[in-house]
Amino acid sequence: MIPPDMSILDFLVPASEACLRSGPHDKIVLSSRVRLARNLRTVPFPSHSKKAERIKAFETLMPAVKSLSLLGDEIFAESMDKLPALDKQVLVERHLISREHAAKNAGSGIVLNREENVCVMVNEEDHLRMQALRPGLQLRQAWMAIDAVDTALQEKVEFAFTERYGFLTACPTNLGTGIRVSAMLHLPGLVLAEQINQIIQAVNKLGLAVRGLYGEGTEALGNVFQVSNQMTLGEPENDIVERINKVLLQIIEHEENARLSQMEKKPAVLLNHIGRAYGVLGNSWSISSKEAMNLISFLRLGVDLGVFGKTPKSLTDELFLRSQPAHLQLAHPLREKLGSDERDLFRAQMLRERTALIPKPDPQALLGRREEGSPE
Amino acid sequence: MVCQFCKLKEATVHVTEIADNKVKKVDACAACAKEKNYNDPAAFAIADHLLGLGAAQKMEEASEAVGTISCDQCGYTQADFKKSGRLGCAHCYDIFSDGLDSVLKTMHKDIRHRGKVPAGIQSALKGAHRLQSLNRDLQVAIAQEDFESAARLRDEIKAFKAAE
Repeated sequence: MIPPDMSILDFLVPASEACLRSGPHDKIVLSSRVRLARNLRTVPFPSHSKKAERIKAFETLMPAVKSLSLLGDEIFAESMDKLPALDKQVLVERHLISREHAAKNAGSGIVLNREENVCVMVNEEDHLRMQALRPGLQLRQAWMAIDAVDTALQEKVEFAFTERYGFLTACPTNLGTGIRVSAMLHLPGLVLAEQINQIIQAVNKLGLAVRGLYGEGTEALGNVFQVSNQMTLGEPENDIVERINKVLLQIIEHEENARLSQMEKKPAVLLNHIGRAYGVLGNSWSISSKEAMNLISFLRLGVDLGVFGKTPKSLTDELFLRSQPAHLQLAHPLREKLGSDERDLFRAQMLRERTALIPKPDPQALLGRREEGSPE
Repeated sequence: MVCQFCKLKEATVHVTEIADNKVKKVDACAACAKEKNYNDPAAFAIADHLLGLGAAQKMEEASEAVGTISCDQCGYTQADFKKSGRLGCAHCYDIFSDGLDSVLKTMHKDIRHRGKVPAGIQSALKGAHRLQSLNRDLQVAIAQEDFESAARLRDEIKAFKAAE
């Protein structure tokens, strides 16, 4: 058991450790996630319920979730009003809770397991939004994990369900399975090859949504895109998972091909992007998060292509995470809320110090490869 | 222009209504419009934004189909549904089901659930289906004057009900 007054900041593993997690295809697929939306049968949905009803849902669901043996003994469970704004923002930046949930207070809660791969939001838009996360491409594993949590919970509470519409949700877009299957992809190759729009259109045609880093309505910073299903009704969960898995494998192939063809045809363009990213990150004294993320994306590409020797990709992922506002504030000696100018200064300092740990880019990693393939 | 109801606030909702072949113009402030249930057409755009293009129109049609129904358990109204694109409680899905299917068609693969079913409900459903099919078989057997099968089915139904 964890001490009752333990802060979420102490519970979470440090950014450096969080970025060590690895999984299949993680050069391109940063993470996989499956979330289920569920509601209690007898209480109105959170957005339309009175405070007393929300509290009732909270008091029914928090103990039920906390008592799941599947989540293990060491869990973090807290009411949202007990979490300081900074802690909530850190959870958003770790992709453990939604931005909407971070705005919630009394009557809403969070339960997170020790592995940080199952996170349950209580009283978000629905009474329950429960998600399983996995590094790399592991949609099936994530689905199986959250399916088990859902099944175990159904022994403790009664969910709103009809034979016709399946699991009932506040928004009809989530009706039926209540499932949202998504993966976070790093696609610098397709962006550089200017093929990304074609890919997005093709994916849209298959009924899947492509979004930015923090989900709905956010920009694709740092060449990171989120692909997820839109339809939740009329299809079994497995079919949805398998369909997205198939689409993702194809996107991976396209991204790999785009990288290879850039390496063969335009190695100088690639080296230019990677080299400049290294130069700016290592030497700037003030940098916005948008610029930083776009540059870190090229640094990561460089690591993937072997331009930075044995530098692990976890280092660039850590830079990416540590560049986010709440993580910066957390690392600041005063832990004070930083103004945006101060943040840009502090971000640049952090990036300079850490980029100094990465060896200079070695052009031979790209050029040498091309010469190997060409006849002497 | 001042709201015609409270005569205090600025009228921001302007609706032209045709009822009994008479044209009636309404100019109301947001609060009175909500109270009198005059819907702000701009609210449809939110539904379009949330649920995809065309959803707002479908929702409008849906709410016309159900008239001025509100949920007897949570008090949610069709206007709330149009405005937010969300429902109030589980019971709303029964109340608003008439118009809902056309909305669901615009956003989903099908309008019937084919996924996971809670274990408790699954066995209940199986039971209900089994009973239904036994009863059907019984009717057929009687109609065909196959009394041997009918007797067997009758016993089976009796045993099934006893086991429930």
